Amino acid sequence: MTTTTRNPLPASRWKESWRSFRIATWLGWQIESNWTDPFLFAIYSIVKPLAGAAILVVMYGIISGGNFEDPLFPYIYLGNAFYIYVGAVMTGVSWAVIDDREHYKTLKYMYAAPIRIPAYLLGRGVARFLTGSFSVIVTIVAGVLFLHVPLNPLQADWLLFFLALFLGIVMLAMLGLLLGGISLLIVNHSWFIGEAVAGALYLFSGAIFPLEVLPAWLRPVGFAMPMTYWLELLRRSLVGNVAQAFPTLATFSNLELLGILLGLSVVFGVISVFVFRRCDHLARERGLIDMTTHY
Amino acid sequence: MSSLAIETQDLGRIYKIRGSKKEKKIRKELVALADVNLQIERGELFGLLGPNGAGKTTLIKILTTLLAPTSGQARVSGFDIVTDAARVRPLINMVSGGESSGYGLLTVRENLWMFSQFYGLPSKEANRRIEELLKMVGLGDRIHTKSSDLSTGLRQKMNIVRGFLTDPEVLFLDEPTLGLDVGASRDVRNFIRHWLEVDETRTLLLTTHYMVEAEELCDRVAIINQGRVLACDSPAVLKRRLQKDAIFEVATSPLNGLTGAAIEALPEVRTATAAEHDGGATLNLILVEEAALAGVINIFTQRNVRILNLSKREPTLEDVFIDLVGRSMAEVEEGGQDE
Ligand SMILES: Nc1ncnc2c1ncn2[C@@H]1O[C@H](COP(=O)(O)OP(=O)(O)O)[C@@H](O)[C@H]1O
Ligand SMILES: [Mg+2]
Repeated sequence: MTTTTRNPLPASRWKESWRSFRIATWLGWQIESNWTDPFLFAIYSIVKPLAGAAILVVMYGIISGGNFEDPLFPYIYLGNAFYIYVGAVMTGVSWAVIDDREHYKTLKYMYAAPIRIPAYLLGRGVARFLTGSFSVIVTIVAGVLFLHVPLNPLQADWLLFFLALFLGIVMLAMLGLLLGGISLLIVNHSWFIGEAVAGALYLFSGAIFPLEVLPAWLRPVGFAMPMTYWLELLRRSLVGNVAQAFPTLATFSNLELLGILLGLSVVFGVISVFVFRRCDHLARERGLIDMTTHY
Repeated sequence: MSSLAIETQDLGRIYKIRGSKKEKKIRKELVALADVNLQIERGELFGLLGPNGAGKTTLIKILTTLLAPTSGQARVSGFDIVTDAARVRPLINMVSGGESSGYGLLTVRENLWMFSQFYGLPSKEANRRIEELLKMVGLGDRIHTKSSDLSTGLRQKMNIVRGFLTDPEVLFLDEPTLGLDVGASRDVRNFIRHWLEVDETRTLLLTTHYMVEAEELCDRVAIINQGRVLACDSPAVLKRRLQKDAIFEVATSPLNGLTGAAIEALPEVRTATAAEHDGGATLNLILVEEAALAGVINIFTQRNVRILNLSKREPTLEDVFIDLVGRSMAEVEEGGQDE
C-alpha cells in the first residue's frame, strides 16, 4: 500500500448518524430491489396487497348487502390500504437486525464500525417504505378506478395528507427501532416481528372498523395507538367530506388529531429509543451481537 | 496518552448459560476469560495461541466493543473499550475467519466500498485502495463478481481485505486462515507481514490455533488455555524455556495399553503425550535429561512395544504448550473444557 494516511478525527455524532443512515439506505435498496425475478416482485408488491383488499371488499359487500356507496366503504378501503405501511416500515427497520446477524453475518462488523446503529437500522427501512408506498398506491388507484372510492385529487387536502404521512412514517420507523431492539435479544427469528406486531394491532387501530365495535375494555388499546389517529388523518385528508362515517374520532378537529398524533409519536419515539438502548446494552452484555442460530 | 496499542487489566468474562428447559433455574457459569493482563505495543504483530474454546474469540469480541467484559478493563489505542467505545471504533477493524460473511447480492467492490463508507473514507480513495488490496491478495480479476458467486475461500479473502481497507490503527484477525487451503493461507500471511512492514505504527492482534502460524508470523505470542494466559513472550524466548530439555519424537508399534501418563510417571520425564493410529503410535517426550530415555526404553521393552523410529528435535511452540498445560492442543480440544 502506498498510503499511510490515518482515518480522520472521529466524526461528530450527527455526521456519523447521517452517514450511517445514508449508506444503510443504499444497502437496503440494493437488497430490496434485487428482484432476480420481476414476477416475484409483482406478486409481492401488487398481487398480494390487491388480494388483501379484494378479500376485504368481498366481506364488506356481503355484510353491507352490496352498499358500496356508503361512506363506510372508502373508510375501510383506505384504512386497509394505508395499513400496509405499518407492517412494511416496522419490518423494514427491525428485520435488518435478524438479516444482518443470521443471513449475511455482518452485524458484528457493523457494530465494530463507527456506525450509529439506530440510524443504520432506520436507513435499512427506507427501501421497504418505498416498495410499501408502491403497494399502497396500487391499492388506492385500483379502488378509485374500479370500486368508486370517492377520492378526488382536486379536493384532497394534500398539505394535511403529507404532513400526517410524514409524521406517521417517522412514528412507525421508531416503533420499528423498538422491535429491532427486541430482535437483538430474541433467538427465534422464524417470523417477521414487524409483520406480526402489525397483524396484532390491525384490529385495534380503527383500520377497518370503528373502535366502538371492540369490547369496552379493549378500546383503550386503540386509543393509545398513534396509528389510530394517523389513519383517521390520512382518510380525512383524502376524502374529508365523509368524515362522519366512523364515529370514533368525529368530535376531534384535524388540528387536534395532528396534535394527538404528534404527542403520541413523541412518547412512542422516546420509549423506542429507550428500549432500543436497553436491548442494545443487554445484547452486548450477553454476547448476542454475533449470535447465530443454525437453521 | 499511552503508547500501548492494546492494554488489558485483569480482564475477565463469564458466560451465563441457561440449562435445558427442565432445569431452567440452574444457571451454569462458564469462565471464558480470567484475569487477562496484556500489554501490546504499537507496531507489534501479536498472536493469541490456544486450542478451540480457549477464549480467543471472546477476547477479540471484548476488544472490538462487541461484548462487555464481566470484570477488569481494557484500552485500545488509549481509549477504554466500554466507556469510550465510540472513539475506539473508528480506529480499529476486525475480521473473523472460517465464515462467509458479506452481502451476496453485491459485487466484491460494492461490499468493500460500502464498509469503507461507514468509516468516512472518501469514495475515490476507497476505490483506489480496493483495487490495490484485491490485487495483492489475488482477487484483482474478481472485483465485479457478485460475492455470492465466490468460493468460500475467496469470500474469506474479500473479508480480509475489508479489514485492511480502512487502514486501522489496530486490526484484529480472528483465525484469519481458518478453512483456507495452503496456498491461500500463505497469501494471507504474506499480506499480513507486508502490511505491518509498510507502516511501523500499525498493530495487529491475531488469534490462531495453528502453532506454525504463530511461530512464523508473530513478534510475541500469548499462550492461552481455559481463559487464562499461561505465558507471553516472543516465540524464541518461549522455546528457550525448553532448551535444556531433551525433546524426542518416537514412533512405535501399538502401545498395548501403555499410556502417556504411565510414561510421565517415570523419573525425569516432564511430559509424554501419545497419539495412537493404525498399527502404531507416535509419542512426544519432553525429558528433563537425555538419560531419562533409558527408563522409557525400558518400559517399552517390558510392554513389548517396539521402537520404529526415534528422533531428537528442537522445541516448538507445541512443546511449550504441552509443557505449560500438560496436554497437547489436540488433546485439549478432544477433551473439551471440562475438569
Ligand atoms: N455466547 C456464548 N455463550 C456461552 N458460552 C460461550 C459463548 N461464546 C463462547 N462461549 C464459551 O466460552 C469459551 C470460549 O469460547 P471462545 O472465546 O469462542 O474460544 P476460542 O475462540 O478460543 O475457540 C468456550 O467454552 C465457549 O463454549
Ligand atoms: Mg474462536
